[in-house]
Amino acid sequence: MTMASYDSQGLRKEPSKGVPNKSKRVKGRHLLHTIMLVVLVVLALGLPFYLLIITAGKNQAEALKLSLSLPTHWYLIDNFRTVITEGKMIPAFFGSILVTVPSVVLALIFGAMASWILARRTTKAMSIVYALCISGLILPPAVVSVMMLLKMMGLAGTAIGMICIYVGIYLSTVIFFVTGFIRTIPISLEESARLDGASPMRIFFTIVLPLLGPTLSAATILLILYIWNDVFYALFILSGKLDTLPLNLYNVASAGLHLNNWHLIFAYIILMSLPLLIIFAVAQKKIISGITGGAVK
Amino acid sequence: MQLHKTWHTGRIGTSQVRHNRLTLLRQNYPLRFLAPAGIMLLVFFLLPTLVNFVLAFTNWSSFNPSISFNGFDNFAALFKNGMLLRDLRTTLVFAICEAFFQNVFGLALAVFLEEDTVQNKIARVLFFIPVLMSALAVGYVWQAILQPHGALNQLLGAISGHAISIAWLGSTTWTIVLVSAIQGWKWAGLAMIIYLAGLKTIDPEVLEAATVDGANSFQMFWKIKFPLLAPAVTFNAATALLGSMNGFDTIQAMTDGGPGGSTEIFNLFVWRTFGQGTYAQSTTMSLILFLVVMIMAVPVITYLRKREEKIL
Repeated sequence: MTMASYDSQGLRKEPSKGVPNKSKRVKGRHLLHTIMLVVLVVLALGLPFYLLIITAGKNQAEALKLSLSLPTHWYLIDNFRTVITEGKMIPAFFGSILVTVPSVVLALIFGAMASWILARRTTKAMSIVYALCISGLILPPAVVSVMMLLKMMGLAGTAIGMICIYVGIYLSTVIFFVTGFIRTIPISLEESARLDGASPMRIFFTIVLPLLGPTLSAATILLILYIWNDVFYALFILSGKLDTLPLNLYNVASAGLHLNNWHLIFAYIILMSLPLLIIFAVAQKKIISGITGGAVK
Repeated sequence: MQLHKTWHTGRIGTSQVRHNRLTLLRQNYPLRFLAPAGIMLLVFFLLPTLVNFVLAFTNWSSFNPSISFNGFDNFAALFKNGMLLRDLRTTLVFAICEAFFQNVFGLALAVFLEEDTVQNKIARVLFFIPVLMSALAVGYVWQAILQPHGALNQLLGAISGHAISIAWLGSTTWTIVLVSAIQGWKWAGLAMIIYLAGLKTIDPEVLEAATVDGANSFQMFWKIKFPLLAPAVTFNAATALLGSMNGFDTIQAMTDGGPGGSTEIFNLFVWRTFGQGTYAQSTTMSLILFLVVMIMAVPVITYLRKREEKIL
């Protein structure tokens, strides 16, 4: 609390200079704001995350009560060990990496290449192609037919099949973000390179692509968020053949809820959320500015 | 080549100019750059969608050795047993409520955390954590909180002084609303940062002028900030509404469609019937979902594209 009021004092110093009365009022308002903030965070975030952590630290009998009291003895590490070995988290983790990384990379490269053409060739026909390309932004994929088609191609239950589907689904997101961005880049850079005799391939990879940094990082974050956490498409396409973290959680929880293994489910959830939380903690500023830059142009 | 010719003749017809422009575009922006994305989209997105239009009119199932067309039988069956209208209603209620909660939570947070103070910055980061978590995981956590003997009832019991055992997830009317509120809670952080970015784009001089004119903070928000946030509202509302139509994870984790099927949105039906082996039923419902979203999307996309044109 003292920390917070010190902050508000420091920040409010300038505008309230020479008006002591107002300064006091502003300081009071700031204190009130901080108190409300703490209450809000405790109620809206504290409760679920507190329950998540303490339950993951309990043994089965204690976790069953779902009570808010602290565990009498912490089993957090033991529970982590159990879900990693019995919940097969390590193969699931690599399964998640195996489908997420290629999907994101391919969607970004293919999407950026297509966006360049879609942004620069401003013909009627191209605007129709563009509309088709971004239709996936909103239209839901026909998930059962997807599964059947993959089966016919011999790709059902494989990482390659899953990657193809993710690329197909999320290309629209990339194209939507990147096309809008390229239109704001002046064409003169490309034209001067063209006069120097550079091929389209060269122009794209050496001039256009490096300029797409901010929008591509935003798209990367969104795609990782969607694909890493996806369970719906994975259920249809991978079920039983290849494990990913959310798919595995679904299986553990579907079996576990009957056995009431809340402590293991919650331990699994904590471990599974860590990779994205760590990425976010490291690149927090970039992520937030990237997403907002893409959404509100 | 073409370019040189026109230089020499000196006089240029308009059709020739257009022709030249197209040739140049073709040379400088070759279609082969479109090919990889185009092929992936065609084969793995558009083709399945078309196939779905066919499969919905067949009797495909795990019990039938062969597939044959059966006209509108699937639609008639889903209509007769009430599933179609029930799930349509549930999906729409879920999507509309979710869009409402996500935007109200997100906007309230953005306004509350607008100033760049240290404590606000920390809070913003904390509210982004649910966005990063798997929706399935979020669903399980809230299921535990909302159990009759769960954390929320224990908390309420401790405050009120007597035992409380409300079955939060047991109402055939209100559980769908509660589940959509949880989904709104999960995505509020994303809406928040988009609204925050919108608030940042507002010209401070406009706000200053309003202060000079004696506007209070209530007027300041509703008369100035909120109208200027229109683009952010459109983006957030449209993506939340149409995205929730395709929802699955949170509800699957929290209620599994229950109680009594009252929270079964389209995708839950698709997954359930797929598991039962009645593939034709799940493709039919999948097609209905597609059509409903398409009908809703047309006005939304037109609106978004208009906005885009206005900005560029």
